[in-house]
Amino acid sequence: MFDLLSLVVFFPLLGVIFMFFIPKENYQVLRNSTLFVTILHFIFTLVLLFMFQEGNPYYQFEINKAWIPSLGISYHIAIDGISLFLVVMTSFLMPIVILSSYKAVTSKVKEYMIFMLILETAMIGALVSLDFILFYLFWEMMLIPMYFLIGIFGGNDRVYATVKFFIYTMAGSVFMLVAIFYLYFASGGVSFDLTYILSNFEGSSTVQGVLFLAFFVAFAIKVPMFPFHTWLPDAHVQAPTGGSVILAGVLLKMGTYGFIRFAIPLFPDVAYKYAFWIALLAVIGIVYGALVALVQKDVKKLVAYSSVSHLGFVVLGIFAFTTTSVTGSIYQMLNHGVSTGALFLLVGILYERRHTKQIADFGGLSSVIPKFAIFFMLALLSSIALPLTNGFVGEFLILSGSFSSSWLKNGQLLTIIATSGVILGAGYMLWMYQRVMFGPIRHEENKKIKDLSLREFIYLFPLMALVFVMGIFPNFFLKKIEPSVNYYLSSFYEKNGKSNRADLAQARVNSTNLKNSKFNGVVE
Amino acid sequence: MDTIRGWLPYILLFPLMGMLINGILGNYFSKKWIHRIAIAAVLIPFVIMTTLFFSLQSLPEESRSVIVHIASWIEVGYLKISFSLLLDQLSAIMVMIITGIGTLIHIYSVGYMHKDSSYSRYFTYLNLFIFAMLMLVLGSNILMMFIGWEGVGLASYLLIGFYFQEDSKASAGKKAFITNRVGDFAFLIGIFILLFVVGSLDFAEIREASNTGVITGVVATIITLMFFIGATGKSAQIPLYVWLPDAMAGPTPVSALIHAATMVTAGIYMISRLHFLFILSPFTMSIIAIIGALTAFFAATIALVQTDIKKVLAYSTVSQLGYMFLAVGVGAFPAAMLHLVTHAFFKATLFLGAGSVIHAMSDEQDIMNMGGLKDKIKTTHKTFLFATIAITGVLPFSGFISKDEILWRAFATGNGVISNLPILLWIVGIITAMLTSFYMWRLYFLVFHSGQTRHQDERVIAHIHESPLSMRLALWILAGLSIVGGYIALPHFIAHSAPIIHSFQNWLDPYFSTSIENTKIVHSASMEAIFMFVSWGLALFSFFWAKKWYFKEKSITSTMWANSFKTVYNILQKKYYVDEFYYWLIDIFIIKFSHKILWRTVDFVLIDGFLIRGIIGWGTYITGRVLSIFQNGNLQFYVITMVAAIMAIFYWMIW
Repeated sequence: MFDLLSLVVFFPLLGVIFMFFIPKENYQVLRNSTLFVTILHFIFTLVLLFMFQEGNPYYQFEINKAWIPSLGISYHIAIDGISLFLVVMTSFLMPIVILSSYKAVTSKVKEYMIFMLILETAMIGALVSLDFILFYLFWEMMLIPMYFLIGIFGGNDRVYATVKFFIYTMAGSVFMLVAIFYLYFASGGVSFDLTYILSNFEGSSTVQGVLFLAFFVAFAIKVPMFPFHTWLPDAHVQAPTGGSVILAGVLLKMGTYGFIRFAIPLFPDVAYKYAFWIALLAVIGIVYGALVALVQKDVKKLVAYSSVSHLGFVVLGIFAFTTTSVTGSIYQMLNHGVSTGALFLLVGILYERRHTKQIADFGGLSSVIPKFAIFFMLALLSSIALPLTNGFVGEFLILSGSFSSSWLKNGQLLTIIATSGVILGAGYMLWMYQRVMFGPIRHEENKKIKDLSLREFIYLFPLMALVFVMGIFPNFFLKKIEPSVNYYLSSFYEKNGKSNRADLAQARVNSTNLKNSKFNGVVE
Repeated sequence: MDTIRGWLPYILLFPLMGMLINGILGNYFSKKWIHRIAIAAVLIPFVIMTTLFFSLQSLPEESRSVIVHIASWIEVGYLKISFSLLLDQLSAIMVMIITGIGTLIHIYSVGYMHKDSSYSRYFTYLNLFIFAMLMLVLGSNILMMFIGWEGVGLASYLLIGFYFQEDSKASAGKKAFITNRVGDFAFLIGIFILLFVVGSLDFAEIREASNTGVITGVVATIITLMFFIGATGKSAQIPLYVWLPDAMAGPTPVSALIHAATMVTAGIYMISRLHFLFILSPFTMSIIAIIGALTAFFAATIALVQTDIKKVLAYSTVSQLGYMFLAVGVGAFPAAMLHLVTHAFFKATLFLGAGSVIHAMSDEQDIMNMGGLKDKIKTTHKTFLFATIAITGVLPFSGFISKDEILWRAFATGNGVISNLPILLWIVGIITAMLTSFYMWRLYFLVFHSGQTRHQDERVIAHIHESPLSMRLALWILAGLSIVGGYIALPHFIAHSAPIIHSFQNWLDPYFSTSIENTKIVHSASMEAIFMFVSWGLALFSFFWAKKWYFKEKSITSTMWANSFKTVYNILQKKYYVDEFYYWLIDIFIIKFSHKILWRTVDFVLIDGFLIRGIIGWGTYITGRVLSIFQNGNLQFYVITMVAAIMAIFYWMIW
């Protein structure tokens, strides 16, 4: 473990070992040292970011060592344009989350911090693993700290929410595990390595369909896509603020990331065949999530449902299979981490002051806490995708890509329905903002609410800055993401030709057209 | 050309800086410095623009289009969108209007807002608006325009809800933003189609594609209809006009700047900017003309009976914007732009005048409580009078020239898909002109004449005072422009003998050159003179009617009329119940549907209840029950099962 990527993966665990030596009564020391560990970790990932070769579509920082050779399990990790920023964002959010829980978590601080650090390793591990067993290990490893974070530090109905969260995600993972074993044996029982299985797996279309379904269910629950989403609002409402931020910011992306990294490359023609239906579910999710968010009485639940809506855009982009839409989807994953992360933090700040999340308990706060109001407004603008904020770039790329996609049946219709999300998004967000921040002050308690403290300002500011940096200078990110997306898509286009004779000719034409035409998804 | 390239970005930079400085540090500045910074942030661009205007003029006609590439914005695959600015004849006019009127309204605001505690917030928003609006008109591709488009929407939202402590005002801001988003939804879809068909969003490339037949008729119709729906949102046309009257909740200078002079004309600007696309579809053009004419008429009828001074002006704005859409719909783009300019002058004057009146009347807005203000606030009265003459279309004031140009073009241009469309449009237009004259004179008389001030509170009457210098200064300059602003374009029958004076059209013609041949004029110029007198006569008729009813004490006749046509009067008073209808639709189909059907039924009952607890839950339960039969703790049972199983396996393997 002397290479940079392994260091990035396991550094938080080293931090955990360090934490064991701190007495659990020294809350402030525990907090500060965790903060220090996570900031140091963020610096490591920044080094990773700056050492990353822009324009190189292949895996970088690749480590491939035998781990359990007799079973073909290897320690194979690497990073490419698709996972790079998800890793960076994970370690970027972590210090913010730690700093945000200084006042929110006042008991069992040691446990909280340790869970957070374990979670960080698990998330980054899952994002960089290229071996199925390794991936599955990290994937399940994410579940346990999250389970405790909600179960111990959550709200009043935390047990119900935790169990629901756990069972939902476990149910999905089990299917995936079975599929992984099938893939292992079907490709000769030699290796669990993703690249090996990708090139050696052969299966009838029925088998592929079933296996794809297994992966799909696991990832769709994680995203969550309609109709697998009902665990999310409960989990978010009960989770502590830090848990919600991590859940929305990173955990949900594991599902969409899984589609790109595993499900689609493994079964390209199944993915292509069912793209319309999956995209339809995504679009339903966009509209459905937005409509249900509109009628929520609890701010946190509203933001949770808005996640369902936003992640719908991501899935739509992924299953449109164009450079613009997939790049947009990856960008939107980052955006969602920033904007929804910020929204959860802001709601958490309100909760710390008033111990309620009910919209009706607020009103007129803008005149009491003007700094908070500005930050809240900026997070909201990012969430409703105003141009020059990050949200716009992501949504625009996704929608313009899916509109012109020739790989998605009825892409135009789906895009039009999805675009209605811009109206509904403005609807639920502005209505919520009005009820919380505007109007007369209806409750006496709200007159005494304190504005942002320096600590809160410090952890919110980077998110706000990122909203505009990502909205105005998206090329810094896109230039690193796009080559890998192109590489991923070209193998998708190619594979789609190989395994399905009927589509072969079409796919070939498509690929050449793609090279010649200036539209990457348009085929006459 | 290099001067233009070098200086153009600064036009955007100054308002941006002004916004940032006041936004971040405004709380530490004194009021004096806040408004100095804010005014400088608009005035300097105006000065720059004035010089650039002359450098643009010195260029040969065909190269009066300067593109400044600043940076690349989004580059993915074939999609290449850059931050780049375009200064040409069209955007030059818009920038002049925005920064010019913008500066005046900033100055006016110094007096109007001097007591407000959120002084820096106000000027921050105002600078934000100027920045976004300039971005809108200076962008050289549709996405740049869209940045401005949504940016002005944001500024408008923030300024309408400026007094957010009142729920109704906060609601008005939200309503404006969401209604605009409905338009933006269509606008975005238009952009997607355009990107799909043309592969670029640069105006130059779209123009190229339109002229070379890349965009065919049906596609052009769909794209332009989408863009037009976008325009109905921003420019308050049927069916999305409902937000504008509510937008009057904002401070009055904001109403003047954003909701009369500049932002609401963005739709006109957008269609003019993309005119080469719109003329590919006669169908869309006819729809635009019809919607424009209907909106003009419909809003004017509502304005007849409103009693809030700002509401009357708001509906008047909707109506005048309808005229502009009528003009672009018949292909008279220069005429639309001319009316945009003159309307910006006189409507800004009217709103600022209204602001001055409201200021004098201690925030009273009901014209039924005013009256007799003529001698108490002299400057306001005179400037208001000038602007009223201008809007009602009396020669030689500006409104007459532009409005008549539109009406004549509507009649004379034969490109409608419906055979009698031109004459119908003209009739609607001329009736609207009559109504305009009536409601404006009614407003004027009720505020400034009609006997004594009718306000209940003696203290308010005693407190009536003329506004401070900063407000009067802006009023005088704008009133002057309302009078002479029209002279940049004289009617054809005069201009034919003196073509040099017809400079506005000459200035814009190179940009609209492709459209000129498409909108052939089928009637002679001498007809225009006759039409001019018809509309003049009708306006005069309305003037005398209004004078008869409202000049003295509120005469009994008008009440009698209101009583005998009570139904009509009530419908107009209630604005045809359109708002109520929309709210009903939203309540039933969005709120109730989402709450009862989606959330409570689909989420709770179907997914959680039926699917999870029902099928999966019961499935697990029953499986568990069945399997538990085999785990009854009875050893003999285990042995028998085991033996049976082994025998079954052997049986299966041997056979």
